[in-house]
Amino acid sequence: MGDALFRFATAGSVDDGKSTLVGRLLHDSKAILADQLESVARTSAERGFGGEPGAIDFALLTDGLRAEREQGITIDVAYRYFSTGRRSFILADCPGHVQYTRNMVTGATTADAVVVLVDARNGVLEQTRRHLAVVALLRVPHVIIAVNKIDLLGYSEAAYTAVADEVTTLVGELGLPEAHVVPVSALAGDNIVDRSANTPWYRGPALLELLETLPSLDELETELEALRMPVQLVIRPQGAVAHGVDDPDRFRDYRAFAGRIASGTVRVGDRVQVFPGGATTVVTGIDAGPRELDAASAPQSVSLRLADQLDAARGAVIAAAGALPEPRRELDAALFWLGGRALRPGARVLVKSGTTTVQALVPEIVGRRDLDSLELEPAEHLEINDIGQVRVRLSAELPVEEYVAHRRAGAFLVIDPQSGATLAAGIVTAPVTPTTGRAGNTSTTRTTTDTEGVAA
Amino acid sequence: MSAIDTIPFETGIDTLDALESESIHIIREVVAEFERPVLLFSGGKDSVLVLHLAAKAFWPGRVPFPVLHVDTGHNFPEVIDFRDRTVARLGLRLEVASVQDYLDDGRLQERADGTRNPLQTQPLLDAIAAGRHDAVFGGARRDEDKARAKERILSLRDEFGQWDPRNQRPELWDLYNGRHTVGQHVRAFPISNWTELDVWRYIEREGIELPPLYYAHEREVYRRDGMWRAVSEVSPARPDEVVERRTVRYRTVGDMSCTGAVESAAASVADVVAEVATSTLTERGATRADDRISEAAMEDRKKDGYF
Repeated sequence: MGDALFRFATAGSVDDGKSTLVGRLLHDSKAILADQLESVARTSAERGFGGEPGAIDFALLTDGLRAEREQGITIDVAYRYFSTGRRSFILADCPGHVQYTRNMVTGATTADAVVVLVDARNGVLEQTRRHLAVVALLRVPHVIIAVNKIDLLGYSEAAYTAVADEVTTLVGELGLPEAHVVPVSALAGDNIVDRSANTPWYRGPALLELLETLPSLDELETELEALRMPVQLVIRPQGAVAHGVDDPDRFRDYRAFAGRIASGTVRVGDRVQVFPGGATTVVTGIDAGPRELDAASAPQSVSLRLADQLDAARGAVIAAAGALPEPRRELDAALFWLGGRALRPGARVLVKSGTTTVQALVPEIVGRRDLDSLELEPAEHLEINDIGQVRVRLSAELPVEEYVAHRRAGAFLVIDPQSGATLAAGIVTAPVTPTTGRAGNTSTTRTTTDTEGVAA
Repeated sequence: MSAIDTIPFETGIDTLDALESESIHIIREVVAEFERPVLLFSGGKDSVLVLHLAAKAFWPGRVPFPVLHVDTGHNFPEVIDFRDRTVARLGLRLEVASVQDYLDDGRLQERADGTRNPLQTQPLLDAIAAGRHDAVFGGARRDEDKARAKERILSLRDEFGQWDPRNQRPELWDLYNGRHTVGQHVRAFPISNWTELDVWRYIEREGIELPPLYYAHEREVYRRDGMWRAVSEVSPARPDEVVERRTVRYRTVGDMSCTGAVESAAASVADVVAEVATSTLTERGATRADDRISEAAMEDRKKDGYF
């Protein structure tokens, strides 16, 4: 078996040094090749970066759009790739500007870890709070706070500790899991790849060591959760068996449910339950292309053969027997509003959950999250970059779960039925009222069927 | 049913397994949600990889979409041969959009530099419209280029095929939003997250056949723009350029008029994997004349409807 894949995103306020950190990480892990470095060095020199000959503006490596280079800011997520032998990394370099928070949400939804940069001289800024609130609500498994520009404070332990304490307090308020705090200088390379001699008072790991050793989301979810697989499509070749298949007759009656395992492990012989209907049957085969498997785990794409001929199609969900949640038509949800137009009560939208898209109504906006107090305050509407709490009524039942209990069963898209635009990232929550609500502080109790009238 | 190749279960999956599963998931989503998908197929390693993944995704059924080749007329003959054999082997339908036809009837004019890559856009868009394709699979990878690093896995294009990098849909979790309106189509990039080395390691693991150009061979070449260019009818050496025989291979396979070879003794897949792992140049930087025009060459072409 080769190295494992780990996805992480960078976040933080503008000018806290994200792009420099990314460039440093790529450079020091030798992921930047000679022609890229030459091109960046040439552009850096043309623009008089740093004043010194040979100084390199690392941000040029990731700011891939013309508008980004011209304005010197990051607008959209850039994906970069590097590997260290222990792991292969997919890095989502996210924008810091408030108006591009939607793109930061994009980067964070698939991340195993988020590295939030904080300028040691400024401490926690509004955008730091916003990004950490997003990270908390999206339940990114690991949070790393890189306290940057520590070189500009003479590698002072006291200065670092003050910022680290401020961040740790905020992390606690947000209900985040334990955050890893690392003093770094992205520009000078301190504690990025190796532990720095300039910070002898810091005894923790360097940033890259953390990224190499923290367990990934799939490692966590495979172990913890019961099987769940949304069905993407049914494979029934009938007469049209692929060329090159040795024994086409063998596949005349082949019928399998194709999908990507969202959580857990499935083994041949396992009893499973199928939504809709909830019928129970047995897995008779697991195919990954022409290979037959004994077992498969999240996030593998497979085709499952079942003992009984069930009337299931795209949108069906196959779950471990007893683990299929009660289907629901009414949801409490937090929305990250990303769309151009505002959300108002009574809005008709589409909701995409797993492999199903259904019509939906948003009868009520419970409130908007104030990112300073983190409290839920009453709101008439949600605008771009707002995080709000709403109720959603679906046109058909869906087997969703609360996001805190099951990420892939609790995440959904809100789509504009006219333009097709993605309006919001949604997560199913426990019922929340404006007076009780705190980000991340949602109950893990599973609510079933009709949630109307249920108090928090 | 007897097991063809039963593999023992082990917990945890490696990078190639994870990438393969992500790509198959994307291919299945697009096939499930779109009416008439098509795969851009050049015979290059990335489109060969996408086709291999599609065959796995629908096994034992057939790949449920045709392939489209935008033929610049400047192809390596070995690649056309490979294309035709692959299409026949998998029983696919091949659509061809011919740049030469456009040049012959005057809809396009040859560029002063002789490069035909930028000329592919119009035949591509016409073929998409003629085939009423609402989804177009491509083998683009984010590690190829800074602009590609910014593009979504499902990328919405307007009726002119234009990419609007300032206004991309957020792409959340693994929930892909493929909705589009009349005239729009979606470019789908299932191997966005693969690196060149991942591609080669997977080709090695799966035993995937590629055109022979990817492996070291002797060829008449000359030096231009710091690259080895093949001597051919469409890319002759200028009088001041010295033609010599060298052992080379191609890291990318595209239009002969703008694709360069690299000196290499890598004759097998394992040799190539070792070479790519230690290369100090990016594949496009090493082999594509058209990407050296400016910092934003790829971004500009994508905005105009390119792949």
